[in-house]
Amino acid sequence: MTTVTRRRALRYFGMSVALGAVIAALPSAAQDRTSVKIGYAISKTGPNSGGAGITTLPNYVLWVKEVNDAGGLEMPDGKKLPIEVIEYDDRSSAEEVVRSIERLATQDKVDFILPPWGTGFNLAVAPLFDRFGYPQLAVSAVTDKAPEFVKRWKKSYWLLGGGHDYTSALAGLLTEAAGDGTINKKIAMISVADGFGIDLVTAARPSFKDAGFEVVYDVTYPAGTTDFTPMINEAAGSGADTFVAFSYPPETFAITQQAQVAKFNPKILYLGVGTGFPVYGEKNGANAEGIMSLGGIDPKNEANVAYRKRHQDVTGQAPDLWGSVITYNSLQMLQEAIKRRGLDRDAVADELSNGTFQTVLGEVKLEDNQLRKLWFGGQWQNGQFVAVAPVDREGAAPAILPKPAWK
Amino acid sequence: MKTALGFAVAAIVFAVLALAPFYLDAYGIGLMIGMTGYVTLASAWGLFSGRTGYVSLATVAFFGMGAYTVAVLNETLPYPVILLVAGAIGLLVAAVVGFSTLRLAGVYFVIFTFGLAELIRQLVTWFETTVTGTLGRYIFLPIGPEHIYWQLLVLCAATLLITWWVGRSRLGLALRVISDDEVVASHIGIDIARTKLALFAVSAVIITLVGAIQAPRWTYVEPAIVFNPTVSFLTLIMALLGGASRLWGPALGAIPLFLLFEWLSANFPNHYSILLGLLFIVIVFLLPRGVAGFAEDLMRRRPGGTPAPAKPAPTPLRSEGGEARP
Repeated sequence: MTTVTRRRALRYFGMSVALGAVIAALPSAAQDRTSVKIGYAISKTGPNSGGAGITTLPNYVLWVKEVNDAGGLEMPDGKKLPIEVIEYDDRSSAEEVVRSIERLATQDKVDFILPPWGTGFNLAVAPLFDRFGYPQLAVSAVTDKAPEFVKRWKKSYWLLGGGHDYTSALAGLLTEAAGDGTINKKIAMISVADGFGIDLVTAARPSFKDAGFEVVYDVTYPAGTTDFTPMINEAAGSGADTFVAFSYPPETFAITQQAQVAKFNPKILYLGVGTGFPVYGEKNGANAEGIMSLGGIDPKNEANVAYRKRHQDVTGQAPDLWGSVITYNSLQMLQEAIKRRGLDRDAVADELSNGTFQTVLGEVKLEDNQLRKLWFGGQWQNGQFVAVAPVDREGAAPAILPKPAWK
Repeated sequence: MKTALGFAVAAIVFAVLALAPFYLDAYGIGLMIGMTGYVTLASAWGLFSGRTGYVSLATVAFFGMGAYTVAVLNETLPYPVILLVAGAIGLLVAAVVGFSTLRLAGVYFVIFTFGLAELIRQLVTWFETTVTGTLGRYIFLPIGPEHIYWQLLVLCAATLLITWWVGRSRLGLALRVISDDEVVASHIGIDIARTKLALFAVSAVIITLVGAIQAPRWTYVEPAIVFNPTVSFLTLIMALLGGASRLWGPALGAIPLFLLFEWLSANFPNHYSILLGLLFIVIVFLLPRGVAGFAEDLMRRRPGGTPAPAKPAPTPLRSEGGEARP
């Protein structure tokens, strides 16, 4: 029965030790490097896959393809190294995303890690990025606590602002509209009882109050609600000229439909996530006109227009009009930082914090590791989701007020 | 003598496992955390469901409560006290739920427990939105992965010890009668409700503690993250694969399945779900009685050379309603 003799076993053992030593020695031979390993864990399945599949993953795919088509990532000495991608599916599970990042850092020993999708997941992995020394360019994470996080995790970057930024930009726009008498100072507001809705509505209450507005109707609804008729009727009866819904995509579409059926046409209609999806404009056509939401783009920015076309060509879908371009911008920043400082993660992190970058957004410089020059509010105008807030930022289009009647 | 030997072997195994963090890298520890967590969950699940035949999908309800307790209290109380509070909450909820529902049988109980997880998630959401006005909570505790691992290992050992003890006690005997026939059990004077409740509560407290211990790993907690129904399903599948009614059964299911999930998601991230589904079908066909049952069959077949008589599993899990009950 014993076919494996001790001698043979010892020989195999010796061979495997020798082999192990060779393998272990390989990564240290940096001058023979033929690629740059970039890894990420993203929700390809599960409840988060919708958002990840729109805002994050297509941009990773697009960027890697463009870089590799151009010969690879450029190093400070001008040499180009192609990107080798290591991709995991976190299956929308927090434990899974944590372990995937551990795997990328310690097993795959990747050079850089791209962040996962979502506020919760970016926070879940932030301590790991910090411990393993990887810069974390968190895009799809809307949080008011970014300044605190930057202190805690020095190499973390927060590029999509916080709930308060969006609501105060909206309050600024409303103040201007109320100033010239277009709307009254009453607001009806509904929000989804889930992460995004709660963050935004909690930020909105003080923002509106400080701007002198009165919230006359303020209710939350559970995620997955399909019938908004009662809420729409009550909002219509509240006498408010402004209707705000911090909603998720399915509800955003439902509210748009049901408001038309109920002939509810507030002077300002502001809806949540989903309004900035290209499909929203396609589906609602002329009826999208005048509807506002978070995000928005500057159609005069040619780099952005070109990016949108490439995104469509390569991934087969148009980018959304809020986080997509910021995601792509973060990858361009990483690429440029590597070109300037090489693959040393500390140096790259330093460059990301202090450098100035030319990206698809124009000239970008982070303030305290955060991107502060953002479009916080957009409006559908003539088939495009145009940036209208903050109103005092250069390039903001004037908002169409009041919202045109339903067609 | 045999028991003493078993204990000695188990003690050595756990001692070796406790040393693992000194040899493994962060990913290895992460792997051990996930594995120990699921072994504990599956064993705790088997402790109740495997012995009573009541299939529970409430695992994540308790798991999530544990995690949320840590999230709520991590800035106000010292960590060991938080764990005690979490355990107490688990016990309280299990008692209330158990009292009101353990009379349900079969599929009604399954549906109820599945609903319970969703109910608790919505309650937490409602409370957070209307009372505290925030949903996500942060956990900044100075607890490293190796500490989480050691805690889980202790809990895992405790769970197996309790399971072993239950199997030998009067309680275990009573359970065996109940799972065979509740009517007979009640006729010979077994307090069915109390027996089931006691076991449900113990199992629930363990599951709550697993959630509480793992929570510091995620930094940020919100209902969608901690009340993920996948946890309930995976626990159930692992326990069933191993053999839910046996001491080591759930561990025998949890370890290979966990490693398999890990291997699949590392090597086939895009085909994970398809491969998993196929695998489950294969497992159900090849090992209908679980790994432990299969091993027993093999053992029985070996000495005499005659195949084991076709005997139904000792505790068949009721998948149909309690229609036979008066």
